Amino acid sequence: MPTTYIKAIHDAMFEEMKRDENVFLLGEDVGILGGAFKATEGFLQEFGAERVIDTPIAESLIVGAAIGAAVLGMRPIAEMQFADFISCAYDQIINMAATLRYRHGGRAQVPMVIRGPSGAGVHGGLFHSQNPESYFFSVPGLKIVTPATAYDAKGLLKASIRDNDPVLFFEHKYLYRRIQEELPEEDYIVPLGKAAIRREGSDMTFITYSAMLYPSLAAAERLEKEDGLHVEVIDLRSLRPLDWETVFQSVRKTSKAVIIHEDRRTGGVGGEIAARIVEECFDSLDGPIVRVASEDTHYAFSPPLEEFILPNVDKILAKARTLAAY
Amino acid sequence: MEMKEDQELYYYLKLTREFEDRVSKLHRQGKILGGVYSGKGQEAIVVGVCYGLHREDFISPIHRDMGAFLVKGVDPKLLMAQLFGKKTGLSKGKDSFLHAGDLERGIFGATSMLASTLPVATGAALKFKMKKEPHVAIAFFGEGASSRGDFHEALNFAGIHKLPVIYICENNFYAYSTPQNQQMAVEDVALRAEGYGFKGAVCSGNDLHAVMRTTHAAIDRARQGEGPTLVECKTYRYHGHSEHDQPFYRPQEELIEWESRDPIQRFEIYLEKKGYNVDQIKEETERQVKEVTDEAVRFAEESPWPEGKEALEDLYADPF
Repeated sequence: MPTTYIKAIHDAMFEEMKRDENVFLLGEDVGILGGAFKATEGFLQEFGAERVIDTPIAESLIVGAAIGAAVLGMRPIAEMQFADFISCAYDQIINMAATLRYRHGGRAQVPMVIRGPSGAGVHGGLFHSQNPESYFFSVPGLKIVTPATAYDAKGLLKASIRDNDPVLFFEHKYLYRRIQEELPEEDYIVPLGKAAIRREGSDMTFITYSAMLYPSLAAAERLEKEDGLHVEVIDLRSLRPLDWETVFQSVRKTSKAVIIHEDRRTGGVGGEIAARIVEECFDSLDGPIVRVASEDTHYAFSPPLEEFILPNVDKILAKARTLAAY
Repeated sequence: MEMKEDQELYYYLKLTREFEDRVSKLHRQGKILGGVYSGKGQEAIVVGVCYGLHREDFISPIHRDMGAFLVKGVDPKLLMAQLFGKKTGLSKGKDSFLHAGDLERGIFGATSMLASTLPVATGAALKFKMKKEPHVAIAFFGEGASSRGDFHEALNFAGIHKLPVIYICENNFYAYSTPQNQQMAVEDVALRAEGYGFKGAVCSGNDLHAVMRTTHAAIDRARQGEGPTLVECKTYRYHGHSEHDQPFYRPQEELIEWESRDPIQRFEIYLEKKGYNVDQIKEETERQVKEVTDEAVRFAEESPWPEGKEALEDLYADPF
């Protein structure tokens, strides 16, 4: 039976809690309700209230308490009910967790995962649609994971739980029940920092992650059919560490790069990716690096507004065709 | 109290004071750089709280809590190297002053965002409860930090779960220049405990015995599963907020009053009343703490600086 993206996340946590009794959950409504998106449905019954903790509405406490338990050897999974709410825990993440190993001279660590549903496209409005990855992208000490498939959601989450550094795990809520695939029965992980080439090609490279993988693949299909262009599509899977080698190798081969992400254009990770490509692959480039990203505004609610803001297949096609003409 | 205990407590009070005085001096000489935050005048709180703690007990000291590191067993040489920013310091030069920890001894390194350690200590207590371990977590903070949301979030959660955590407010009446009456509309921070469903207690932070009586009772209750306590210790810092700060914002008379309640002199009176030969104990202890501090300074001065490129180390378990 195929497994949905949300079920993959559920199963990853469930199996890790079975495997390691130091793994525990805390967050708003994760217990009795089983999570706002049912990611932790049945956990309270299986693992008990000691390991599945319904917290008050207190994101800073959720993350701070997870840090305190993690430095003593626990492996907490802290849930932000929506990734947007992570701003309330910003200090705990960027000052407390990210600097922890560093300011203890490498003699302490904080193995924890902060997961949360991010992303737009579901009429969530300003505070249930955000993509917070760029708020954290420049902060050393953190890892940032952004799965696009059910297989990766499970394998990357397991790897994140077993990782010895703080991991921000941004699940895309649009994908929760829209994608599914057959998953291996046996235990597996997907290592952090390894991109996946989802489609091979020689004329142009699409660099993307999370939900934007799907419009990117759809655009690549159409470019092949309608324009005879062979597009390589790279799914970064994690942004910190970022698999620079796979990006550079592909761009050296294709000479053209389009970066596609749902986060806003200004200050989004695409800017850094473009800069690094220019630094490392300048001689290979045969056109400007272009970005397809959300407009520089807030994630507005009304459907025509949201549609205008978000990247889609047509927007990717338009940019890719302009680039192809160089 | 037994003579051995009295002498140990006196030793730690004096060692902390000697460290404080020496660090201020080294800062004036340009040997210790950056922010230096003297806890002179407040030593009885950390010494009294930490004396008798187990190695596994978790503490999160703040910038004025030099004595917490010493009583919890950090080698004075490594502590001084930390203050100098040397490679041999606790953070290997990564951050200044007391922004370092030693988890081997249950000491959690703070950040500059005061009160942010309260949720963390609460999480440590959560771990002790989950694993049924007989340890306690102790979070130190100032009255100023109690204005932050993290104070509320932490104490609220600890109250719900009856966690083995003790919140120690070192109320020295000024947060940098801001007096307590601009920080809150109540006289005692400890009053707030009631709103979280547990006990609050106030004691003199300049009276070592009062600190020990109040906090050790709270620690015992926490170990027995009776939940958290908020203890407020009233005290005063002799110096400015940092060594750069000339505290013109507070009356000289106030400082004199508090200096006349000095925690160490008070303890000496206690020793005298108890019939010890105070002059002899004082002389001997002063010689000891000077020796230890001299050795620590020598070690710190002779220690190597970190190499520039070490700034890129200790970010991740597996660098990438």
